[in-house]
Amino acid sequence: MSTTAGAIAIETGESPARRAMRRFVQHKLAMFGLVVVVIFVAAALLAPWIAPFDPLETSWSRIRKAPSTTHLFGTDENGRDVLSRVLFGARASLMAGVIAVGGAVLIGVPVGLVAGLGGKWLDILISRIADAMLSIPFLILAIALAAFLGPALENAMIAIAVSASPIFVRLARGMALEARSTDWVEAARALGNPPWRIGLVHVLPNIVPPLLVQATLAIAEAIIAEASLSFLGLGQQPPQPSWGSMLNSAQRFIEGAPWLAIFPGLAIFLVVLAFNLVGDGLRDALDPRSQRR
Amino acid sequence: MSLDRPAGKVPLLELEGLVKHFPFRDSLGRRRGAVHAVDGVTLAVPRGSVLAIVGESGCGKSTLGRVALRLVEPDAGSLRFDGEDLLALRPAALRAKRREMQLIFQDPFASLDPRMTVEAAITEPLILHRLHRGRERARVAELLERVGLRPELARRWPHEFSGGQRQRIAIARALASEPRLVIGDEPVSALDVSVQAQVVNLLGDLIRDLGLTFVLISHDLGVVRQVADRVAVMYLGRIVEEAPAEQLFLTPRHPYTRALLAAVPGQGGALKLLEGDIPSPVSPPSGCRFRTRCPHAQALCAEVVPELMGDAGRESAGQAAHLTACHFQDSLPPATPIREAAADARLARLQSFFSTNREPTA
Repeated sequence: MSTTAGAIAIETGESPARRAMRRFVQHKLAMFGLVVVVIFVAAALLAPWIAPFDPLETSWSRIRKAPSTTHLFGTDENGRDVLSRVLFGARASLMAGVIAVGGAVLIGVPVGLVAGLGGKWLDILISRIADAMLSIPFLILAIALAAFLGPALENAMIAIAVSASPIFVRLARGMALEARSTDWVEAARALGNPPWRIGLVHVLPNIVPPLLVQATLAIAEAIIAEASLSFLGLGQQPPQPSWGSMLNSAQRFIEGAPWLAIFPGLAIFLVVLAFNLVGDGLRDALDPRSQRR
Repeated sequence: MSLDRPAGKVPLLELEGLVKHFPFRDSLGRRRGAVHAVDGVTLAVPRGSVLAIVGESGCGKSTLGRVALRLVEPDAGSLRFDGEDLLALRPAALRAKRREMQLIFQDPFASLDPRMTVEAAITEPLILHRLHRGRERARVAELLERVGLRPELARRWPHEFSGGQRQRIAIARALASEPRLVIGDEPVSALDVSVQAQVVNLLGDLIRDLGLTFVLISHDLGVVRQVADRVAVMYLGRIVEEAPAEQLFLTPRHPYTRALLAAVPGQGGALKLLEGDIPSPVSPPSGCRFRTRCPHAQALCAEVVPELMGDAGRESAGQAAHLTACHFQDSLPPATPIREAAADARLARLQSFFSTNREPTA
């Protein structure tokens, strides 16, 4: 054989990831969701530069002013600019969503893989713990944990991460069990792959698509959870802005100054909707059974 | 272990009394019985030979193939590869041993990892066993060419190939680590007939050129006849007849083998075809397992399990032995000679058409 890899023109095929990306881009609603997410992320990152006012600066002279050209979203009960607080609040919400879900994935996926690919008793042990956690409603568990850890944004994120992890344990375990019975995993075993390599090199890449979809949808849930915790005073602490705590203080003025509730509420609504749209779009794009090209 | 035999005479693969039962449990976890997939199989595969294992679907032949590679742990029996006890190996040593024994799967659409390029898939055994270090790419190109695919296709993904091409990729992957033993579990039965012929020819060439020891698990007697040196017929987890391929096709002894041969389309079955389904492997019939469907069954068949044995005169001839597990193997009426295979002629015509008129690859 004289042919070497250097001498031939290698044709590169379309990878499954690239194909999914192409399908995702053609998904209009998903792209709309992605644009909204990108706008919110940009707003959160650029908040110090684009916010018209200091979100913490109070003023007795402009308490609960209705939206105007200087204060587009109006001012709150301490005379702070609502637009600036919504922009800075995006930081708490998105950070809580992304970091908490990242933590949940980091806890849940390895544990789930071990349950699915490890021994029978390990599986039983892990699955029962996950079931026990899933038997408590997500938000209740997060509130209980956050209350136990003490009121702070970091603690709220830890509480959300722990509460969201059993979903990933279960998903990763189920997918790993499914993968374990496939021919290509048996083929990997027949080649002489050690168990850890089967888990990392063969099973993990194949279960990324459903994990990605689940993670995106979980971010939406985590954002709601963070807002709920802050609403209850367990998340972001005053005077730092957070959509949840803004809603909390707005409820006293809901009749006289509805803009205090409308804008943070709208922000939560939009960003949660956007993440859900992105998640649905990813699901469609990654589903191998979907016929759309 | 037979240390007194010269090394070259030790069969590459030896199975002795292998048993594999799959228990099943009720909803409370109590054991409610077991599927007797493999129930006492003894076989030897000499170096450089092709042994075919044939039988109806559900007879346990795929399980036997997996047990033979210790991909499934047997419940009892012994398993030797090149004289070495495979069942005594620790997990790491067994993984290292897998370099020398490979499996080709039935369904090429299921056996390739969908998220690995052809190159990654074929390189994997090289990485695992530290072979051809530094020149893996060249080795991949060489293997692809060997199985009749253009090396330029190395960076493509499995979903971009047809069934026949995928099976060629799977074959290249199985051969990458230069195994001595390859087990093909129905390697062509999931493919189109035209492609089947090409892949059978490819396998035949590879077995000859690389001096492979090959175990072909198949229900397709046409394919078996083309490549096998020796054939073992399996029924409900047991071997009922084992003989050199020519002998088995010309003078089948076991009533089941005769029925199988008569069932090949185009053979013009002079024999009455088998009726009924294969009995449940959960509770196989007593005595001879075939008795419930056997036209020659007598009272003895229900009581005593027939041993797999040959005629006394030829037993010492080893390789040439014709073994049958039937109480009445010497008193059965002579087998109806098979009409010289119309099906084979058809297959041959088909093959010649595809080998001359078309490039083997896309």
